[in-house]
Amino acid sequence: MSASATPTPLESAATAPERKRWAALRDSDTLYSFLHSKVTIAAAIVTLLIICGALFAPWIAPHNPFDLREVNLINSNLPPAWMAEGNKDFLLGTDDQGRDILSTILYGSRISLSVGILSVAFAAIVGIVLGLVAGYRGGAVDTVIMRIADVQLTFPAILIALLIDGSVRAMVGGQRNEEMVFWVLIFSIGLSFWVQYARTVRGSTMVEKSKDYVLAARLIGIHPIKILFRHVLPNVIGPVLVIATINLALAVILEATLSFLGVGLPPTQPSLGTLISIGNNYLFSGEWWIAIFPGITLAALVLAVNLVGDWLRDALNPKLR
Amino acid sequence: MSTEPLVTVENLGRIYDVSKPWLNRVVERAPIQLLTAAAGVTFSIARTETFALVGESGSGKSTVAKMVVGLVPPSSGEVTIDGISMTHRRRSSERERLRRRIQMIFQAPYASLNPRWRVENIIAEPLRAFSVAQNADEQHKRVGELLRLVGLDPADGVKYPHEFSGGQRQRIAIARALSAQPEFIVCDEPTSALDVSVQAQILNLMRDLQRQFGLTYLFISHNLAVVRHMATRIGVMYLGRLVEVSPARELFRAPRHPYTRMLLDAVPDLDLTERGRKAVEGEIPNPITPPPGCAFHPRCPYAFERCRVERPVLLPSAPASVACHAVEEGRIKPGAGVLEGAVTP
Amino acid sequence: MTDPVLSVRNLRVEFPTRRGTLTAVDDVSFDIMPGEVLGVVGESGAGKSMTGNAVIGLLEPPGRIAGGEILLQGQRIDHLPYEAMRRIRGKRIGMVFQDPLTSLDPLYRVGEQLVETILTHSKMSETQARARALELLNEVGIPAAKARIDAYPHQFSGGMRQRVVLALALAARPELVIADEPTTALDVSVQAQIIALIKRLCAQYGVAVMLITHDMGVIAETADRVAVMYAGRIAEIGPVRNVVKSPYHPYTQGLMGAIPKLDSEADRLTQIPGAMPRLNAIPRGCAFNPRCAHVFDRCRAERPELIPLERSAAACWLYDKASQPAETAS
Repeated sequence: MSASATPTPLESAATAPERKRWAALRDSDTLYSFLHSKVTIAAAIVTLLIICGALFAPWIAPHNPFDLREVNLINSNLPPAWMAEGNKDFLLGTDDQGRDILSTILYGSRISLSVGILSVAFAAIVGIVLGLVAGYRGGAVDTVIMRIADVQLTFPAILIALLIDGSVRAMVGGQRNEEMVFWVLIFSIGLSFWVQYARTVRGSTMVEKSKDYVLAARLIGIHPIKILFRHVLPNVIGPVLVIATINLALAVILEATLSFLGVGLPPTQPSLGTLISIGNNYLFSGEWWIAIFPGITLAALVLAVNLVGDWLRDALNPKLR
Repeated sequence: MSTEPLVTVENLGRIYDVSKPWLNRVVERAPIQLLTAAAGVTFSIARTETFALVGESGSGKSTVAKMVVGLVPPSSGEVTIDGISMTHRRRSSERERLRRRIQMIFQAPYASLNPRWRVENIIAEPLRAFSVAQNADEQHKRVGELLRLVGLDPADGVKYPHEFSGGQRQRIAIARALSAQPEFIVCDEPTSALDVSVQAQILNLMRDLQRQFGLTYLFISHNLAVVRHMATRIGVMYLGRLVEVSPARELFRAPRHPYTRMLLDAVPDLDLTERGRKAVEGEIPNPITPPPGCAFHPRCPYAFERCRVERPVLLPSAPASVACHAVEEGRIKPGAGVLEGAVTP
Repeated sequence: MTDPVLSVRNLRVEFPTRRGTLTAVDDVSFDIMPGEVLGVVGESGAGKSMTGNAVIGLLEPPGRIAGGEILLQGQRIDHLPYEAMRRIRGKRIGMVFQDPLTSLDPLYRVGEQLVETILTHSKMSETQARARALELLNEVGIPAAKARIDAYPHQFSGGMRQRVVLALALAARPELVIADEPTTALDVSVQAQIIALIKRLCAQYGVAVMLITHDMGVIAETADRVAVMYAGRIAEIGPVRNVVKSPYHPYTQGLMGAIPKLDSEADRLTQIPGAMPRLNAIPRGCAFNPRCAHVFDRCRAERPELIPLERSAAACWLYDKASQPAETAS
């Protein structure tokens, strides 16, 4: 008898929340405001297209620009397909080494987005942890962390990246290790962004920690780390998501800037910034497509991500609802 | 049951440093500012009784409540619960075991429940923290029982706090407080954020639960009528100090301290006896710069020279202990009941 | 017989939302006579503040007046353009809110704000206005008003700030004062002072007052008549003594029983089961019927209008001659 009776509460406990979650999503204000903003929908579609293109580049790109067997110098500097000398195999034309521009853009977005996402993740994790600790502990710990953040803010992001790049090069003896350049970029971009997360999280943590639910958890002796991550973090994460979205666009631009300046990714592993940098050399000799198409992609990506971020900020802000 | 009080609070005090940051202090030559939130607070609570602390804002009653449960470390004095010191640095393992027997119910039912947690997890948190429930099944069952106990549906466990009204949220908070079967519950203004009709439900529920489980309450409130309904003994606080401790009935029958009389006079009159509220002179002083002597003397109609220089101490006597020079010297008699008109100096 | 200062007729306030239109105030009518204090009492969500905001034309969008009339001295003010309404607020209707800081500009000295209000609403020189401001501050009981007239709002305590707000509300000698929870944020001892002050000033100036509060105690001490609101409608309206001492409506009866009293030895408080319905789930018939102890069939089907009784009126089928109540009210 008990055997037949027990599954019922278990079942309902497992399925009811699931069903509720869908129902909650369907009539949530966030979804409503999303569906009623055409700009946001367009921006989300552009973002999604570029992300999918980057994600599936090896499968959808017409050529593999990094496979030397596929690259032929005979095809170098071809204009886009619709122009007189264009070749329909190379829709957006080719660069000086005969690489297909469309394919390099797809592969380039892959690299740009990886750098962007990873550096934002790095910045967010560092910022969130330091912000939580500073806000929750207060006192000297807070002062030290926030003073470091203040000092950090006095250095422009590019300067930090150049400094780190320079010191890493000095350490490994002038050899530019391509694998390492990728991680150095992520580290230096991430390092220039964490302060924003730390400040935001610290502020919200100071508000949340004095709320009664945190006191109630402290009262029964829950460990501070557990309180921070299980109680405080879910309640301060909203603004972090907004910053992260907007930072993603900034990080992609910063990476492009660094690559354009020559301290970023090398031409053998080109990001969107590297592609623009390469194309820049040919801009005035007539081969405009080498720089313009990656440039348009970069601009579209950054604009679209920013628009999504703006919407997210408004949607999550109860005062603007 | 022993006759020893369950909770003993002795000479409890808390001083906050509210000065500006160090750098500003040096540059602006600002002095260190100390706020005495509570000082010399002494009382005890017997098993299964309700001891209430009343006072207006800034009286330090909430600070005392937080010190009693160990959320705020006292600057001085000691809290002993069932013979175990809550404040002593050593013997922390005994204190850990004591935690399970103490719980707290907070004022704002909106802030006391984590908005991102399901009700079931909120109520079960103490069960997990003290390993009361052996497994998920037992935990689920226990949460269901608790929800029913406070008058909610066990199926409500899967919902989030924002899906409930204020009164229901306070019921959830009570279910959580009861989940690890405590003996002593500190209630910090548990109904002041609720509407009257809901307040009545919650107060009745709290009394029923007290009887059912033999609970001991420390009840903090600014509302004298609510305290009248709930408490067996009452301590009146003013600017961080106890001015009168008295059995509930005695306090309302014959208030002794001038501040207590003033508070009783200020309670709105629902019987339309044309008594009218007596408008009291003045307001609560800034606790950073309290008046010398008795803190109440600038508002007190009975104040005389001694009150301005010498701080009165709480003189224990039966039935009521009072901290007032005028009462000590017999210049004012215990109030003949406020409802029959107030005493004139 | 004198005409009422404020007359509200069949007021209806709606909030269009994407899940349908919510009715926050439904068919509310009342009058306030010169020098009279009408208390509007109710629990959160009853629509009492919404009624007050509708009168002063400060409904928060998307809320709007969907029906009825609001008359100030016989003149309709519910459909006035924003600019015209703004001139009426402050000059003819004074306002006091729960948080004094919403009425006071933190960047200006108290005296400046008073002088500005006086000057915008009456013709006099700046020196005269300042003298009038000082007079007002003295009248609302600010000690050493002469020295404090040039202080900033943050330099006053909560009770003192509320006094300044009262002075500001009365500065233009309005005909009507709307006080929305004026004492809720104050300590008991200070509360009593402010209540006494409101009473004295209104009698002195002959102003009509709409006192909105959840606190029956404040109403009992201050108001001449009371309107008890429930779920957007008036459940009972009448002289304060009748409503407080011998209420007709089961909701008012429950509400009065639920208030803990200083002189009662009752072990349990009377409690009304359940809670006020949310605006999107107001029951059919009488909104109170699911919580009512005297409910019968008609209550579930038909919405009761206010039924005149001796000196009060109650919206309850128990008092309708046509219906057959199962039991009589106590």
